[in-house]
Amino acid sequence: MAGQSDPELSLFSAEELEFIAEDEIVDIVPNLKMGPLNFISGDFGPFIPQIVAQVPLWLAVALKKRGKCSICPPQWMCVEKLTQVLEAERNSQEMSEQLPFHYVEISRLLFDHANDDISDAYMVRSLIEDIRDVRFHKVETDLEAFNGRTIAVKIKNLSAMEVNIVDRKLSKMPQGGNCEDKVLTAGSVLLNSLY
Amino acid sequence: MASSSMEGSMPTMDEYEALLSTTDVELLKRAWRSEKAAPEILRYDFDLVGRVTEQLQLMEETVDEKSTSGADPLSLSLYQMDLDRTLFLLRSYLRIRIQKIEKYMFHIRKSDELWNRLSKGEKDFASRCIDDLKHHLEESVLSKLPENYQSVEKQSVISEEDDMVPEPRLDTFVLCRSKEYLSGIQLEDGPVEDRSKLFEMEPGVLYFICYKSIKPLVESGKIDLL
Repeated sequence: MAGQSDPELSLFSAEELEFIAEDEIVDIVPNLKMGPLNFISGDFGPFIPQIVAQVPLWLAVALKKRGKCSICPPQWMCVEKLTQVLEAERNSQEMSEQLPFHYVEISRLLFDHANDDISDAYMVRSLIEDIRDVRFHKVETDLEAFNGRTIAVKIKNLSAMEVNIVDRKLSKMPQGGNCEDKVLTAGSVLLNSLY
Repeated sequence: MASSSMEGSMPTMDEYEALLSTTDVELLKRAWRSEKAAPEILRYDFDLVGRVTEQLQLMEETVDEKSTSGADPLSLSLYQMDLDRTLFLLRSYLRIRIQKIEKYMFHIRKSDELWNRLSKGEKDFASRCIDDLKHHLEESVLSKLPENYQSVEKQSVISEEDDMVPEPRLDTFVLCRSKEYLSGIQLEDGPVEDRSKLFEMEPGVLYFICYKSIKPLVESGKIDLL
């Protein structure tokens, strides 16, 4: 039959994933006074110096770039917590459930724009990279477990970036003939997530 | 406080508040993600696009006013950023739909159900595209082929189906999530002896499933595609 589904249409690019992650809410400490902002996407503020406010990540980064605030790193982004998470990831084939769905994008944005607001930024960055490596490796080995008889593979607690990888790999699988011929005959893959 | 799930009961306070507080931007984001993930074109959300377009126009006017009346340039640039982000969502949503229409225009035209999922503008676009493409194919290739092979839709006169018309693959796997507990889903895929098993979905959990199996649930809005 003519025509094959174009996998590229359905995949998110890294920039699009970042765009989605930028709507996550973070805490900031403004150093200016500004009235409430009535955006199409929601109402934020008013902002009072030294009083913590909740804003979407894109807004936090914009204010930070202009020197108007400092960003409070989220609770999970500290050396103790991340060391725990790395331990847990290394000791088990399961994925840790302690990381938010967009941990990769959020940490990347904060490193790029608010590095000075993160204590022990170097340590934190290297821990997150290690965690990413361990998790990606687990995802790849889990995917290799698919064979013609697999019905479901349960992979819990994937993050957005990891889901994207799974998506890409699965869309590249040869899809010809009827369902039984597919390399991925799995009825479904169960992915639990903290979304 | 109302407890969850009696069939046909009023939504609980939490659900109601969640409904109220979902902004149009979030709805647009959801529509964008669904459209991106689905192999076929989904229903055009007339109301949502209409409301978002209105809000965008209003916001553009407000920003124009503010900039001439000398408002704080910082808050102005922030409003502009919010505007740009929403505009991007809208444009991306419309762009994906147009890409799908371009790919599958003959297939969409043949099916009333699919044709009715298009907006008026999209229908005009699709009609023009079809005419142009047909004309082009006929001029450049088809008129020069032997008579039995001149159809745009069929390989030859003896084809039983329109086998030259690309169709979206509805059996691709998609990532999805349900808002409520769903049971009784029949898996279209997998070894034959398992197809009779009914599948369940828990709310809030992500699943990778063959699109065909959940098509009606996506259309009724019970399942979000990611």
